Amino acid sequence: MGVMQSAPEELVPVPAPHSPSTAQPPRHTALVRATHWIIALSFLALLLSGIEIVISHPRFYWGENGNVLTPVLFKLPIPSSRSLVPTGYGYVLPDQNGWSRYLHFQSAWLVVLTGLVYVAAGFVSGHFRKDLLPSGEDASWRALWRTIASHLRFERPSAAEASSYNVLQRLTYLFVIFALFPLVIWTGLAMSPAFTSAFPASVTLLGGRQSARTIHFFVAMSLLLFLLVHVGMVWFAGFRSRTRSMITGRIEGPLEDA
Amino acid sequence: MTDLSRRRLIKAGLAAATGFAGLGVAAGLAKNYGLIPPDHGGIWGAGETLNYASYRLLTNHSMAREFSRSEISTKPLANEIPPLSDAFKKLQAGGFADWRLTVDGMVDRPGMFSLEQLKSYPSRSQITQLACEEGWSYVAEWTGVPLAHVLEVAGIKRQAKYVVYFSIDPEWWDSIDMGDALHPQTYLAYGMNGGDLPVGNGGPLRMRVPRQLGYKSVKFITRLAVTDDLRKFGKGLGSASPEGGYAWFAGI
Repeated sequence: MGVMQSAPEELVPVPAPHSPSTAQPPRHTALVRATHWIIALSFLALLLSGIEIVISHPRFYWGENGNVLTPVLFKLPIPSSRSLVPTGYGYVLPDQNGWSRYLHFQSAWLVVLTGLVYVAAGFVSGHFRKDLLPSGEDASWRALWRTIASHLRFERPSAAEASSYNVLQRLTYLFVIFALFPLVIWTGLAMSPAFTSAFPASVTLLGGRQSARTIHFFVAMSLLLFLLVHVGMVWFAGFRSRTRSMITGRIEGPLEDA
Repeated sequence: MTDLSRRRLIKAGLAAATGFAGLGVAAGLAKNYGLIPPDHGGIWGAGETLNYASYRLLTNHSMAREFSRSEISTKPLANEIPPLSDAFKKLQAGGFADWRLTVDGMVDRPGMFSLEQLKSYPSRSQITQLACEEGWSYVAEWTGVPLAHVLEVAGIKRQAKYVVYFSIDPEWWDSIDMGDALHPQTYLAYGMNGGDLPVGNGGPLRMRVPRQLGYKSVKFITRLAVTDDLRKFGKGLGSASPEGGYAWFAGI
């Protein structure tokens, strides 16, 4: 999704009168749009259910084991849904883990299956190479620092940047797609006793079950940070037009859709 | 309606019909191969079925991770246990000499087993992790008799598909498929870390299913029922867990 762009009406090249706007290549392909929203909704469900599950044990450990009798790596200053967990709060929240766990795994399947379609199509169509891999002049430290400096000054981007991603966006999206998502799936599976019975290295490489859980938490928080910045940037760039372009594929207003 | 849109409609119809037929065939195959969990209905059925079917396909012969003696936790958390009933306290006062395990259902030789009898069978030990769905865990050495041995003594009938197991606490029962029931690491455990299994950890007799989360390892086991149909038990969802909103399959 494009960010740091000014109002789209000023940026879009005016189509020649005889060519219908639908002939223009879409800002986002149908597959990118569909997978974007499926993953967005699934991620929100994972976030909600994940927070709910953490409430039943808001303590984190390193290594293989940890429980209320062992020292913590850190704990979250929140109440718990289990009376056995010492939180300092005088009350226990209701247990919501049943549906939260069902929802967590159902959404995880949706993210994994949709993500596989997106990644496979991204390689086949050249979406990653053309749209996300920094290329030419962009693929330099100088370009990266220039983009960061421009962001820090809250500068409006030039018109030329309207239809493609800058280097900072490209690197962030690649990091989310190829580092954070695989890592959050891996650390999640490393907590499954069934999965680790078939693939024990999935948890031993991480240093144990509790390490996997702690890393899972931090990667999830990184994804939450990405989501907040992403939505913030979309807001800054023009929430309605950016959201519309991720739904309809076009940057133009609804009039052109007829 | 133009020719073009009619053609598109026919194509879409054919595609949808093929899709539904494909789904039907897949569902039939999944049922034949025992890939459908008892709590497959409702809004969570898709995720639950994918979880359980993957488990059946990926982990048929896998073994839960085992640990070395030095990795045994010094703090094997007993967790909360329900208030013990008078019947339990009476058995406890008698050193559990009168504790009985009833085995019934699709077996050739239904019967009752005392702890003494169970301990007279070949005993096995495993150092495995007990991981709770809440997130915490500990490693302990569990000693007991493999469930497969007790089922062999009782003689399970060929059409049996599940073993249902009941705690002395009537609210607490569960079931596993034959793949898990006959798995070499599935025990009726009566010992922990070299001693008797403490009451807090499920003593005198606890199911151990180490390839699934802790709530599958039900405490205070008094009855096994071998069956080919989980719909005959409780609300038909395979265990008390789905009745309380939790998944029947607890491998993740």
